[in-house]
Amino acid sequence: MTDRLASELSDADLVLRAKSGELDPFETVTSRHERRIYSLAMRILRHQQDAEDATQQTFLSALENLDSFRGEASFQTWLLRIATHAALKTIRKREGLKTVSLEEATEPEDSYDDIQHPKFIADWRQSPEHLVEKRETQRLLDDALARLDDKHRLVFLLRDVEGLSIKETAQVLGLTQANTKVRLLRARLQLREQLTEALGDPATRVEAPVHYH
Amino acid sequence: MKCEELLKQLNEYVDGTIEPGICEKFEEHMAGCNPCQVVVDNIRKTITLYKAGKPYELPLKFRRTLHETLRARWKQKHPQKDL
Repeated sequence: MTDRLASELSDADLVLRAKSGELDPFETVTSRHERRIYSLAMRILRHQQDAEDATQQTFLSALENLDSFRGEASFQTWLLRIATHAALKTIRKREGLKTVSLEEATEPEDSYDDIQHPKFIADWRQSPEHLVEKRETQRLLDDALARLDDKHRLVFLLRDVEGLSIKETAQVLGLTQANTKVRLLRARLQLREQLTEALGDPATRVEAPVHYH
Repeated sequence: MKCEELLKQLNEYVDGTIEPGICEKFEEHMAGCNPCQVVVDNIRKTITLYKAGKPYELPLKFRRTLHETLRARWKQKHPQKDL
């Protein structure tokens, strides 16, 4: 298979060929997704060596379990799921926890009842288009993300950074869609709060409405 | 709709998956509530910024190791293809 041809094939076709024992298509599909998987691992783990390990584990595991990939989800979602679990394993090792499931550990607070209401409400001084060009913005984004709980960060990364649907995010994390939505809302609100504190124009600050309570 | 109820519908609103009837109430509320307008705008910009973030590049050395490791494991697994 030539490179040109391989790069035109869909993931599904490449995986099909790899399943029949061809290495090249597997390498092509790996090259196609490795940056994305590594980025996800870096954003979850914030440590280069750990992210490299999680990435390697992800593709080794994909190689070992290729036959069990049935195509119910996209290959990308399948990889993201493996990568998320590899990264979670590292987090648990770091924290010295045993295998606490993401769901069990956090179930009770996944309701809308105690959603934190916005505090610092102000227009931003600059547009996202302008901010994106500035080096310090990436740092601000990374720091804000780092302050979230793992369970909120994971949902936000998969949904808003990786662009999975709510349903796919729920599948990857083994959560219900309802829980996924609540976590996403918490993540978005917390990030909004932090970014607005840093980027908001105090002159345009408005008081939170009195009927928030 | 109150501000608190608006918060619960925020995901659906910014993702464009809100039901039309609720959307109408959402926008009615926003029209008369500046703080909610600003919060919705802040949230949209927050998501835009994160979406625009650049992916991390694989360190070259790691990329080489990764592919070598995968090739080696593949050949162990499929020895007949190697003849």
